[in-house]
Parts: sequence; structure tokens; C-alpha cells
Amino acid sequence: MQRLVADGVSAFRGEKLVLDRLAFQVAAGGALLLLGPNGAGKSTLLRAVAGLKRLDGGRFLFDGAEDFAGRAAYLGHQDGIKPGLTATENLLFASRLSGGKIQDALESLQLGPLAGLPARMLSAGQKRRLALARLVVSAAPLWLLDEPTLGVDTASVAAFGDILAAHRASGGVVLAATHLPLPLPGAAELRLG
Amino acid sequence: MTAFRAVLARELRLAWRHGGDSFGALLFFFVAGALFPLAIGPAPETLARLAPGIVWVCALLAALLPLDRLFGADFEDGSLDQLLLSGLPASLVALGKAISHWLVTGVPLLLAAVPLAVMLRLPGAALPALLAGLAMGTAVLSLLGTACAAIVLGARRGGVLLPVLVLPLTTPVLIFGAAAADAASAGLPMRPHLLLLGAYLAACLPLCPVAAGAALRGAVE
Repeated sequence: MQRLVADGVSAFRGEKLVLDRLAFQVAAGGALLLLGPNGAGKSTLLRAVAGLKRLDGGRFLFDGAEDFAGRAAYLGHQDGIKPGLTATENLLFASRLSGGKIQDALESLQLGPLAGLPARMLSAGQKRRLALARLVVSAAPLWLLDEPTLGVDTASVAAFGDILAAHRASGGVVLAATHLPLPLPGAAELRLG
Repeated sequence: MTAFRAVLARELRLAWRHGGDSFGALLFFFVAGALFPLAIGPAPETLARLAPGIVWVCALLAALLPLDRLFGADFEDGSLDQLLLSGLPASLVALGKAISHWLVTGVPLLLAAVPLAVMLRLPGAALPALLAGLAMGTAVLSLLGTACAAIVLGARRGGVLLPVLVLPLTTPVLIFGAAAADAASAGLPMRPHLLLLGAYLAACLPLCPVAAGAALRGAVE
């Protein structure tokens, strides 16, 4: 069963047509890796699926519906972490929306001991892991990841691999743009640019 | 509703953690108000005559201070994306921001207006009119400010543009708010002025979040 369908998607970034009548499908439990040089439109595509970027043509369908607001989790270049809040408090908003368990998410990325620490004390890699933990907390079936493991150590990348596997095993869909090896066995590839 | 409450709770928690921002606005309000007696002389009749206007202008300017960080910080660190992906319409995200701005900046200003008005020798009879006007006026300012902050988001020198955009829109608030307090101190009815203020608030309440929501959508593109 196809969960995510791109139907003739086109989008401009500035004056440049970066996505030209793109079509792809991802099945439940499937993953799609976006590949291509810088500026090929990988981030644009992810933001378009998330609904943050308006399309200039075509449409995305998730479970057959065009409106899937609140069902997609997006991790962009920026972590979206508030330095003044503790690690736990940073995940509170996502947890309120989904009812997900914060402590479990922190443990799954070895952030348990840092739970009560203000995020400004965390290193860049730890902040990235906290942003990954927000994905775990969100119950969103569709994950849109833009360079998710940038600055993350190998042990945590392996832990994130288990998280991705669990997400896909439960029927979730992963769309990821990356230049680094990502633990997504059996992922389809889409070349842009 | 859960999502809206989550946005509000998040905003209030952040404001609590960065308490300096709203406290700074409060201090500005006091200091600016205290400059007037020094500049125009301590004569009680003059001060009493000018008091409503002074309190109103200082309150408007003080409420402007936290506005450029209202969306700016979230925009820069990527949190705005997360807010817009919560499944809540962008206009309701903006409404949540406006309500939190009012609770964190408007309400403290309302409370601080009492000692400032007394210091400026505002007649006791005019105090209820001043506060009733300020309660609505600060709410209007939070709504207008949220809309304008969303509109200048991502613009270079947005901080300079913001007051230029907001202040002209607040002139009706200033006119009717100060007139209500003036009328009360002259023994005239304050009701018509407050009703006009209420009408302005009633217009801003649905319009400003919609405008802010559209501007936020445009800013993240």
C-alpha cells in the first residue's frame, strides 16, 4: 500500500525551477533517500512535503489525503531547540501534541543523564540528538529529515538506526536528504538535480 | 484545543524563563514616565492634566519593546517551523503568541500604570477609566503588534520597521483611551470612548491573527 505519493510536483526556489514535475511513491514502512549535489532541491522538497513551502504545481497525498497537517514531523538544518529550556522542557511541546513519552525518547538517544540540563549547556551534536528525540516523541507517521545525523557521533547514529527501524516497522514513512551514510536498509533512492 | 493550549503553555514557559524581557519593558515604562515631571516641571495641575496622555504613550512604547523578538527568535532557531507543523492553523499560532504577549507585557503594564498615574497626580476619579482603557488598549496593541511582527519577519532591519508600522495603527487606541481618562477627570461620561475602544478591539481580534498567520506562512517559505 502506498502511503506517500508525489504527483507531478513542481516548485520554484527564487527564479529557479528546482523541482520539475517530480513523481514518486513510498509504501508503508518504506524510506526514500534524496540524493544530489548542493542546491539540487532536496531541502525544498522536504519543506514542500511538510507544507512549509507552497507548491507551484502538483500535489502530495498521504494516505490518500491532500491535507495531512500535524501528521508530518520535520527536522531541518536548524534544531529548533530553545537554549533557555531544559532538554525535557524542549520536548514538552511535541509531547503535549502527541502524548509521547519524553523520558523514553531521551533514553533512546542516550540523553537521559542530560534531561534536566538547560539546552544551552549541550554541545552541537547533543542538541542535534535532542532534535532527533523530538521525532521519537512526536507520533507523526511521516518523518522528513534534512541531514539528520550532521554532527552526531557514531554510537548515536547506530541508536538512531534502531529508532528508524522501529518507526518503519510500525508502518511509518521516512524521507531523508543526506550526504552522510544513514542507517536506512532497503531505502529507495531519488536523484535530484 | 490541545494544540492551542500547548502553544500558549510553551510561550508562557519561555517568557517565564526569559523574564528579563518583560521586566525590561516594565522598567522602561516607569523610567520614561518619570522623565516627564522632570521635563515639564512638577506643578500638580499641569501633571494631572497631562497624566493620561503620558501613561498611554509610555505604555504603547513599552509594549513595543518585546515585539521584535516575538517571532524573531523562533524564526532564527527553526522553532517556528515546528510551531507551524503542529497541525494548528498559523493564525491560531499567532493568536497564541498575541495572548501570551498580552499576559506577559500588557497585564504587568496595567498594574504598573496605577503607581505611575498616582505619581503624576491623576485624579482618583479618572483611574478606573484609565485602567479600563488600558486593559483593552494593551490587548489591541498585542494583536496589532503580533500581526506587524509577523509581517516584518525576515526583513532586514525589521526592528526599525516594526514601530513605524505598529504605531500609526494604534492612534485610535491612543485617542479614545486618553479621552476616556480625560472625560472621567472632567466629570463627563467615559462610556462612549470605551465603547469605541471596544469596537476597535472587536475588529482586531479576528483580523490580526489571520493577517499574522498569512505573514508567518510567507516568512517560512
